[in-house]
Parts: sequence; structure tokens; C-alpha cells
Amino acid sequence: MTEIPGMTSMTPFNDGTQAGTLVGSLAPVPMVLAEAVHKSFGHLEVLKGIDMTVMPGQVSVLLGPSGSGKTTFLRCINHLEKINGGRLSVDGVLVGYRQRGDKLYELGDKAVAERRQHIGMVFQSFNLFPHMTAIGNIMEAQIQVLHRSKAVAREKGMALLEQVGLSDRATYYPSQLSGGQQQRVAIARALAMDPKLMLFDEPTSALDPEMVGEVLDAMRNLADAGMTMVVVTHEIGFAREVADTLVFMDAGQVVETGIPRDVIANPQHRRTQDFLSKVL
Amino acid sequence: MSIIDKPEVTGRGLPIKAIPVRHPGRWVAVAVLMVFAAMIVNSFITNPKWRWDTFSQYVFTRIIFEGLWKTVWITAASMVIGIVLGIILAVMRMSPNPVVKTVAWLYIWFFRGTPVLVQLVFWAFLAQLYRYISLGIPFGPQFIYFDVNELIPVIVAAVLALGLNEAAYMAEIVRSGIMSVGKGQTEAAEALGMRSNKVMRRIVLPQAMRIIVPPTGNEVISMLKTTSLLAFVAVTELFTTAQNIYNSNYQQIPLLVVASAWYLVVTTILSVGQFYLERHFGRGVAGSRQQRAKRRIATMGPA
Repeated sequence: MTEIPGMTSMTPFNDGTQAGTLVGSLAPVPMVLAEAVHKSFGHLEVLKGIDMTVMPGQVSVLLGPSGSGKTTFLRCINHLEKINGGRLSVDGVLVGYRQRGDKLYELGDKAVAERRQHIGMVFQSFNLFPHMTAIGNIMEAQIQVLHRSKAVAREKGMALLEQVGLSDRATYYPSQLSGGQQQRVAIARALAMDPKLMLFDEPTSALDPEMVGEVLDAMRNLADAGMTMVVVTHEIGFAREVADTLVFMDAGQVVETGIPRDVIANPQHRRTQDFLSKVL
Repeated sequence: MSIIDKPEVTGRGLPIKAIPVRHPGRWVAVAVLMVFAAMIVNSFITNPKWRWDTFSQYVFTRIIFEGLWKTVWITAASMVIGIVLGIILAVMRMSPNPVVKTVAWLYIWFFRGTPVLVQLVFWAFLAQLYRYISLGIPFGPQFIYFDVNELIPVIVAAVLALGLNEAAYMAEIVRSGIMSVGKGQTEAAEALGMRSNKVMRRIVLPQAMRIIVPPTGNEVISMLKTTSLLAFVAVTELFTTAQNIYNSNYQQIPLLVVASAWYLVVTTILSVGQFYLERHFGRGVAGSRQQRAKRRIATMGPA
């Protein structure tokens, strides 16, 4: 893999945000903070104590062999999976629970939904609503959840479609769009909610090779704009060029964390070396 | 045939002019069926016992229309009860709440497990079981007091019986529709912050409708004909009306033909309605009408 010249321009940007947060008098609250997160499906322990911190404006890539628990961990962040142990918080607020004194209370449907609306999620299989057009997909939650007017939701939706290069496909149904176009609509749909955190679950794994680039470009633009992102992907190039942190997971544990370029060029752990030697 | 002809038939880029495959079997089938059809029509015309004069005497009479109207609105009312209650029961059966789930299961078990005719007669004779219904504090003062015979006339009992029975079947149809919608749809909607009742109403049910509509069309048509059971509780719908007439003039066959003709007319109208409903809920599905139209536009130039 060759390095892309534009890559160096990323570094000052990231330094800039870090400097920006240091200027503030308060210590910044991590956007995602995981402390010894455990998750089991029946007797199968999928996450065996995950520790992770993602600061605002950072892009974190989760890498690892299939079955390592990356996707499960990502789904825990917006409570699509319930954790069995440890603590997980987004922007300083616990996920799925409310703490009063030293007791934890499970959150109801309403509170869970309220917290989720600030976290965007993009799925491997797009999951666009097939009975709505592209613009309909983007307007739906704006109207139903944020109670925006139709006009405002449409305007926002058209602006986002423009941003992902699909303004001429607004009235198309998902089945009339290519995989890459569908995934870009899905990104626009998530962004319409003005999320403070975006989760990507292998967003390019279901795409034909020639469509991977257009989706990665949309994600790169988002990172450039300062969005906090947690990305599960096998795209090593994207990790190296866009991510601030690379987290390597295996068998439900974090094996290695570091600056992507360093980890990729010089992996410390044996399992990371094995994995990278197979995918690079 | 000369050698020069050959390249013209198979030449590069020429449109194909081939003789289509013959289907002699189809022509044989048509001929056989025509013979049978002719025999049936012949018997209709030549057998005077069909009594077409009686048929035409009654087919457009006021009393038949009144019966037909009653059949249609009883069908509509019972189906509305059946569909609404069916959706509620289906959602209840899929609820994580074990009490709610069990209640729905018991309901479906009971109403599917007993004959609709028995339920119908049961409702009609409910007053024998509970002559009066009163609302109030048990063993204490009663505030509202009903005479069941006045509260539930037999026609209301009939609609209730058919509707409550239908709900049990509709629940299973709706449930299969809901289960046909992928889990990813629910997750995507939930990830956008939608609450579970909105996810159901806005995302899951509209997609489930594509699966629900065809068997529901069946149920409506079946209900239309099931209303003829109301003859057992003396509600004068279409079939009972025809029965009442032939009980006095002994022209059973012509009057049954009158009733059948009207059942067929309503069924035909319902089938047309079902076609449009299916088209509506099929939108966005690959190969649907709008999709083909859009593809035509797309190939003509940039949208």
C-alpha cells in the first residue's frame, strides 16, 4: 500500500483539536469511555474486559479477526447489546443505566431512545428502509424523533444528500440504488440527527470493490470535519490515513492500541503481527 | 435454398426472425374445454328447471338488495374488528412481557379452537347466561345497569362473534408479516432514536403489509361467505333472505343462484381492491411498477 500525499495534511488538524481542548479550563470528557466492559451471550463470553477511550473529535478504528468482538463492542456503545459487566459511558453519561447512589437502574425504552438519537450508526448491510425513498429515509427520524417540520427535514436531507454526492437520487427507492449509494444515503440518514458520535460497523464489507472508495471518501470528509468516529473495518489504508487511534482486538480483548502508522508498521504483539501479515 | 441465403439468416447483428415453438397441447385443451362449456351452457338454457324467469324476477328486488347490504356491512364491520384486534394480538404475542404474551396466546388458542358457528350462537344467546350487566363495586353499589338483550341485539352479537373469531386468525397473519421484516430494520430505526411503538408503526408494519395483504384478502372473501352462517341466528343477510323467499315459493335453486351471483359480484370487487392495495404496499420492492417506470426514465437520460 502506498501512502497518499494528502495524508500529512490530516496531522495538523488533529493537533489543532487537541490544542483546542487544552485551552478549555475543564478537562475534556471522553466521548466514549469503556472500563472493563464484559459481554456474554449465554455461556459464551464475547467481551472479556474492554478498556477504551475515544476523545471528542477523534477517529478510532477497531481492527481484528472476525469473532474478536469488535462489532459486539460497537453495538454495546448505543445499547443495541446490553453489557454484563464494567462501565460504558458516552459523553459522560452511562449507556443503558442510570446511577443513583451506588445502585444502577436499567433505563426504559424512552430514556434509551433519547440517548441513542445523539449517536449515529451505519451498518454493514445499510438497513435503509425499503418502503421509503432516499430523502424519505433521511427525513423519517428527523420528523418522528426530533419533531422537525417536513420542510426543515427535507432541506436538511437535501443538503446532506448533496454532501454525499447524491442530490440527484433523492426520490429513488433503496432498491434502485447501488450498494455504495445506499451506504452513502445511510450515512446521510445518521448525520441528519446531528449526532455527536458516529459508529460504523464494517461499512464497506458488503460492497463491490469499485464502490468501497466512494463510501470511504464520505467517511474521510466526515473525519476532516471533526466528527468523533468509532469504525470497525478491515480497510487498513483507511485506518492508517484517517484514524487517530488503532485498537487491535482478538478473542474479546484489546491486544494493542496505538497510533495507526506505528501499529501497522511495527506491531508489538504476536497476534497483531499474525493478523497484519495476513491482511497486508 | 441456396448457400447465399445462410449468412443472411445468421448474419452479425441482424434481428432474429425465428419461427416460435408450437404448443399443440394448448389447442387440444381449448377444444376439450369448449365442448364442456357448450354442454353446460346448453343445459342452462334447455333445462327449464333452472327457472331463469324466477332468477330475473328476484335478482334486482329490494329485499335481496337489503340482504346484500347487510352482508356487506357485517363483513366490513367484522373485518375491522378482526384486523384491529389481530394487530394488537400479534404485537402482544411478540411482546417481551410474559403476561401479555400468554394472554394473547390463550385468546388465539380459544378462538381458533372452537367452531365459529358455536361462537356465533353463543354470543346470540349470551343473555341466557348474563341477563343483566352492571358496572360498579363488587358486592357494593352498582352505578350502571344494562339489560343484555337491549345492549346486544342479535346483529351486534353476530358482528362481535365473527370479529372476535377473525382476530385470532388475523393475529397469526399479522405475526407472520412482522416476522418477515428483517431485524436490521428495527435496529436501524432504534439506532436513530425511534421508540418501539414508532418503530412498529412507521417501519415494521408498512413493510409487513406486503406479506399481510394477500392472505387478508382471502380472509375478507372468506368472511363474506361466512356471514351466511347468520341464518342460524335469524339475521336477514343475503343468504337468509334468499332462504326466506324459497321457503315460501319452493324455488330453492333459482334463489340460491341469485345469492351466489351477488356473492360473486362482491368477491370480484374485493379482488380488484386487493390488486391496488398490493401495488401500494409493494412500492420500493425491486420489480414493482414504479421501479420499472423509473428505470425507463433513468435510461433516457440523467434524472
